Amino acid sequence: MTGETLLALVVGFPLLGAVFNGFFGRFHGRRLAGYLACGAMAMAFLSALGAVKDLAGLDPQVRTIHKHLYTWIDASTFKVDMALTLDPLSAVMILVVTGVGFLIHVYSIGYMAHDDGRVRYFTYLNLFVFFMLMLVLGSSLPVMFLGWEGVGLCSYLLIGFWFDDIAKAVAGKKAFLVNRIGDMFFVLGMFLLFWTYHAVGSGSLAFADMQANAELIQAAKIGGVAVTSLAAFCLFLGATGKSAQIPLFVWLPDAMAGPTPVSALIHAATMVTAGVYMVARMNFLFEMSPGVMSLVAWVGALTALFAATIGMAATDIKKVLAYSTISQLGYMFVAVGVGSYVAGIFHLVTHAFFKGLLFLGAGSVIHGVTTQDIRQMGGVRHKMPWTFWTFLVGTWAIAGLPPFAGFFSKDEILFHAYAGPHGSVPLWFIGYLTGAMTAFYMFRLFALVFLGKTRMSKKEYGKVHESPATMTVPLAILAGLSAIGGLMGLPHAFHMPHLLGDWLAPVFPEFHVAAGAGTELGLMAASVAAAIAGSLLALYFYFKKGYVPVPDNGKASLPASVARDKFYIDEVYDGLVVMPMKAIARFLSATVDAAGVDRVASGWLPGLAGWISKGVTALQNGNTQRYAMALFAGAVALIVYVSLFGVRVPLA
Amino acid sequence: MNVLQENLITILVALPAIAALFLAMLPGKEKGLLRAVAVASSGLVFLLSLGLLSDFHSGLEMVQFVESRPWIESWGITWLVGVDGFNLMLVLLTTFLTPIVVLSAVSAVQEGVKGYYISMLLLESGMLGALVSLDLFLFYVFWEMMLIPMFFLIGIWGGSRRIYAAVKFMLFTLVGSLPMMVAVLYVYFAHYKATGTYSSALPDLFQTTQALPDQAQLCLFGAFALAFAIKVPLFPLHTWLPDAHVEAPTGGSVILAGVLLKLGTYGFVRFAIPMFPMAARSFAPIFLTLAAIGIVYGALVSLVQQDIKKLVAYSSVSHLGFVVLGIFSLEVSGLMGAMFGMVSHGLSTGALFLLVGVIYERRHTRQIDEFGGLAARMPFFAVLLMFATLGSIGLPGMSGFVGEFLVLLSAFSLPNKIYAVISVTGLVLGAVYMLWLVQKILWGPLDSKNRNLADLDIREIVYLVPVIVMIVWLGVFPNFWLGTTRSSAEHWIRELDFYSLRVTRAPVSVKAPAAVVARQNLRITLPPES
Repeated sequence: MTGETLLALVVGFPLLGAVFNGFFGRFHGRRLAGYLACGAMAMAFLSALGAVKDLAGLDPQVRTIHKHLYTWIDASTFKVDMALTLDPLSAVMILVVTGVGFLIHVYSIGYMAHDDGRVRYFTYLNLFVFFMLMLVLGSSLPVMFLGWEGVGLCSYLLIGFWFDDIAKAVAGKKAFLVNRIGDMFFVLGMFLLFWTYHAVGSGSLAFADMQANAELIQAAKIGGVAVTSLAAFCLFLGATGKSAQIPLFVWLPDAMAGPTPVSALIHAATMVTAGVYMVARMNFLFEMSPGVMSLVAWVGALTALFAATIGMAATDIKKVLAYSTISQLGYMFVAVGVGSYVAGIFHLVTHAFFKGLLFLGAGSVIHGVTTQDIRQMGGVRHKMPWTFWTFLVGTWAIAGLPPFAGFFSKDEILFHAYAGPHGSVPLWFIGYLTGAMTAFYMFRLFALVFLGKTRMSKKEYGKVHESPATMTVPLAILAGLSAIGGLMGLPHAFHMPHLLGDWLAPVFPEFHVAAGAGTELGLMAASVAAAIAGSLLALYFYFKKGYVPVPDNGKASLPASVARDKFYIDEVYDGLVVMPMKAIARFLSATVDAAGVDRVASGWLPGLAGWISKGVTALQNGNTQRYAMALFAGAVALIVYVSLFGVRVPLA
Repeated sequence: MNVLQENLITILVALPAIAALFLAMLPGKEKGLLRAVAVASSGLVFLLSLGLLSDFHSGLEMVQFVESRPWIESWGITWLVGVDGFNLMLVLLTTFLTPIVVLSAVSAVQEGVKGYYISMLLLESGMLGALVSLDLFLFYVFWEMMLIPMFFLIGIWGGSRRIYAAVKFMLFTLVGSLPMMVAVLYVYFAHYKATGTYSSALPDLFQTTQALPDQAQLCLFGAFALAFAIKVPLFPLHTWLPDAHVEAPTGGSVILAGVLLKLGTYGFVRFAIPMFPMAARSFAPIFLTLAAIGIVYGALVSLVQQDIKKLVAYSSVSHLGFVVLGIFSLEVSGLMGAMFGMVSHGLSTGALFLLVGVIYERRHTRQIDEFGGLAARMPFFAVLLMFATLGSIGLPGMSGFVGEFLVLLSAFSLPNKIYAVISVTGLVLGAVYMLWLVQKILWGPLDSKNRNLADLDIREIVYLVPVIVMIVWLGVFPNFWLGTTRSSAEHWIRELDFYSLRVTRAPVSVKAPAAVVARQNLRITLPPES
């Protein structure tokens, strides 16, 4: 099979799985639904492997495979094809999406084994993968946007999967709406780009065309501002929605209401990284607007720090991981913001491994323990050895301790944030500090869940059990990947090839670092020291000393309680956006519409009509005048009659 | 060409009226027979209308399937009908929705079955006639003819405040159409003055109207525009709509939102703007402003409604705002987006009203607070409501996206970006109220009042699923439908200031391009006034 056909199959299988389960699931039953969904994912993964193999066979300079499916919209000025493009960047993404996606599908069979809604679950899950693949493979911004909003829909449906719990449904809605705000800016960015390119003779939003003509729009300005900066800014705001960055991160913690494998797949490994991918994909645009680039880096850095702070205080196993995800996504934005796209994508991949692993591990724990509150766990290690060891690997990896994956990708980001052309010491320092905090809150989580004596009742603890093989095997595979994933991007200081960097080289502009190996090794030593310090500190407090965070109603120190209440950001948004909007809507509905507009429209309308008619008849046209006045008089008489005496309708 | 093909449009317009006449002769007690005849005749009309689609020549900007018969010969009034890119989809939407509505009324309407179906079929004739008319007088006759059955549908089969709503509907529309009547007369006589012949056929009139002095153009445009703006309805002339929708029976709401409102926006494209392009350009900023306000205003007001139908009614104000925005951006992708948006809105709002009808029949209430957790009890209903919602909020891959995206895109090409920037918030607000509605109805715990609701039955599935299928089809493969409007839209934009309507009897033979090139102008020459 040719690469093009394989490419169509990559997106085709998950869609087919979703459609098949969606239509026939109620007939073929719950058990089969899971197998079908996994089968679709396995086929998609194999197709992806085949397509990437074909891609690798091409000369690096022309390393793209293009599959035109059909013309989606042709509105004369605006035209967009439903087309897929595989290049080294999207190749990395589809392997992660289908590979990690497959593992999470398998895991879901075990995790959702007792749920009545399995058919619906697997339909959504397959559909999500389809949209995610459209997002990464789409060869133009509008097709990417199709996937972009499609994954948002699936996220909405899966967060609110257990819809009889209204809180979960509300969390899903919140996720969709916050994302829509971002999407609105995404759309604005598209419009800006389209008309700017249109003005220079290229009315195409295909990535390849936009990149080829990028120089033509460099000088374009709107109101004194460069269009490139404005468009990049709008697109980035879109990214802050999908990738949960400041100011639009608020939906992600709530999104933990969904089933845990969903959190692993959508809210850690794939969908939330879409913003990073988009910035990397549009690198030619961002490169033209250094101001927006540094904004990206700084928003990323501040989000990383901010979320890590909350992560240190959170007490729900999934919430800790959620804030950790926000924080790690911040790192990725630091990377792409300083122009080190390779490091950003590198961290995206390793994060997909270890955060997917951690979420699945958390799911396994929840499955066995039936609570999410880490204050009520402890000692789980003895009951769930597989989960324990794999979770340790994940924790080790995210903490940035060598030699696991997170160490390599995070250190590359920190090095480039320090020594890259757009880097700076403050940027690096925030990342560095966040690294220490990451090690602390992750080992805090690890210790509270697995180590020490259990805080569960004897009866509860007795029920705790290891998860079935469908769950532990994916854990083990992801643990393996988290352990060795770093090998694909070894530091230059080691004088080893950076495999991922070489593979992605054709897609990104060249990236030079001024500093030498000495600096790199020095920074590395510093961050390892910080990570070790953070880890040991956490273990000291929460294992050796056996501290347990105070209960919700207990007295916590002021900083801890502010962090635990998430800095009241939700409340601030509620007061600044939601409440005023509702108040305005109520005012418009009750006061303006009913009392104002309706009365004015009803009262003035006849006058307005008469005025216009008079205007027309005054246009000196004898015949018109005579006919019209007669007609008008008759009609007015009719109206007056009807309004005075009402209508008596003979009921049939 | 056979007789059927040659007279297809006339048959489509006449058939529902003939069926209505037939129904009038049947005894009112025979409910089953009445329903069967109504379903069969409206179904037949739909099947026949597919003939338009299959023989329509997408690459042509010309009006096709044209039939021209003298009607009031001495006055130069003609039965001149045809379809082009602007009304083809709307004609199909009408013939598609009518049997669906007729089918949905089988259980909803138990009293006055005969009158209901007669009204509905006469309404279909009126709408189709207004859509295909290319003669100003003919159009006006059909325009007013639609009013009467709708008035009865609301006034007789409506809710508790039906008389108020029906009269309000009547008054608003009449007030709008009277100045239009005056303007029609003016144009008619002006044409005689200029050419010495009486004609109200559009192909003849454009040249006359475009040559009128500025002041006359402005006034005449205003007269047409008022009538159309009330019908759309454009903010702030929308206040009749929520009342009409809330009181109307389900079928009335579906047709009202699905087709009737579009006659307003269609009127702008077919009549008001190309007849008076100068005036349209001068007035465009006003319409763009009102459209942008309407988008946001309608969405915000939707947000706090307690009655589901009222919510959907205000959402129509918002969605139709997009359509007006697209038309008055006077750019081809915006115009195509507007045309597409009309159809899409007809489908998704039609589906929403039908779905509201389904739960209204079961619970006899439309108060949002009365519902909750229905997804557990009515999964099939939940799936369809979800699809209709996604169509309405314009998720890519659903019909709503294409229209609104193109409209916003083209609004962004205007020198003044403020219209686009204001309107784009409609994307978020639209999702806010629709997802709120879905949450209130479908999610959460199921309370005792809703515990015994039955999911959709076969008949409901039969009339709902086609609408949903169309919503998805139009979203995934919009280009087939966009293709039918493209040539007409391009021509309209390109020659807006000297627009002329070219007509042809179709189907045009593809083998004989010479006939296509000829583009014979249809001229009706009449002797001067005796």
